[in-house]
Amino acid sequence: MAGTTTNSNTVTVTDDSFNADVLGSSKPVLVDFWAEWCTPCKMIAPVLEEIAATHADKLTIAKLNIDENPQTARDYNVLSIPTMTVYVDGKPVKSIIGAKPKSAILAELADYL
Amino acid sequence: MPDQVRNVIIIGSGPAGYTAAIYAARANLVPLVFEGTQYGGALMTTTEVENFPGFVEGIQGPQLMEDLRGQAERFGAELDPKDVTEVDLTANPKVVKVGDETYLAKAVIVATGSKYRYLGLDNEARLLGRGVSACATCDGFFFRDQDIVVVGGGDSAMEEATFLTKFAKSVTIVHRREELRASKIMQDRARNNEKIKWKLGTTVSEVHGDAKVEGVELTILDGGEKERLDVTGMFVAIGHDPRSELFAGQLKLDDSGYVVVEHPTTKTNIDGVFACGDVVDHTYRQAITAAGTGCAAAIDAERWLADIPIEAEHA
Repeated sequence: MAGTTTNSNTVTVTDDSFNADVLGSSKPVLVDFWAEWCTPCKMIAPVLEEIAATHADKLTIAKLNIDENPQTARDYNVLSIPTMTVYVDGKPVKSIIGAKPKSAILAELADYL
Repeated sequence: MPDQVRNVIIIGSGPAGYTAAIYAARANLVPLVFEGTQYGGALMTTTEVENFPGFVEGIQGPQLMEDLRGQAERFGAELDPKDVTEVDLTANPKVVKVGDETYLAKAVIVATGSKYRYLGLDNEARLLGRGVSACATCDGFFFRDQDIVVVGGGDSAMEEATFLTKFAKSVTIVHRREELRASKIMQDRARNNEKIKWKLGTTVSEVHGDAKVEGVELTILDGGEKERLDVTGMFVAIGHDPRSELFAGQLKLDDSGYVVVEHPTTKTNIDGVFACGDVVDHTYRQAITAAGTGCAAAIDAERWLADIPIEAEHA
């Protein structure tokens, strides 16, 4: 279905790289908090890939695996996945919780695209 | 190719939608299936399905749906994970829109299923994803060693509560009646679980918390006494509502929003429109009954397309 994430338009971030890659980014970053066992996460993965490909100039889409990187999820009170949070200038400014249609995700992200 | 008039468009992708797709595809109707972003239906957020016939050892819900999907695809169903935004079912041919794209079909099968019902409390929506959840398999992980509540008395409440004990320190089941609606086997499994506590004849009347859930207010129905329970999570499993908004004003719906069909067929009030699965069924609501009516809808559509009276063909 979704294919693998090699040749992907999204970037992978970790607890270690979060500061530099997300908080320190000059471009807005949407972080997709996800896990292998989360089916709704798998459903939105291809949608996020498409958005990443189309809007690479405005928004970076980053994926953070919460099993491997529990600290960041804890720091930002992530209690449900998928949670997609937009960080601008090092601050979380918008969270989308749960799988939604592409049109709904794009509408919620309109300010950053 | 939006302009071509198709034989049949199927809206929805749970057991009903995919079974309709399998049958319609095998009848060479080349069905187009709008699966929706959240394809796969309700079983995508379950774990083990133990009561679907044919799987002696049970099967994982998402795996069952992948298999049904693959089976539909194998026979030539065209699957599209988009969400339908508008329909005109009274037009000829019938019109199905996905955003700006328009698709046309002679027949339409509605299999949009149902969605989770919430309690309707003020703070509940605000704290959704912040401790309020309708999906134990998605969010249970975040409640390791914590105290949580599960609201509901049916099979899904028992399943969620039992599943959540893998993570949580304690799970309190809150249900407004003294009796449970859940099947015996699911009740027994929950009752034998030491981590599960019970608050029956009780409702959740408020959710406390600012950035995340910090507790719930319980009201005992007999007497109205209130108490606070300190929990960090509230999982709601009080049932479902049919996903029929798209068809309001066109298809005949009952008072609860379920699509009305001419039993034992799947015919709706509009000629050439058939409905199946949980958007119709508020009685059985099982994967196998949804699949059964999905099959019936495809056969009804096939006969309608061939202009054979549906009732006349009971072989």
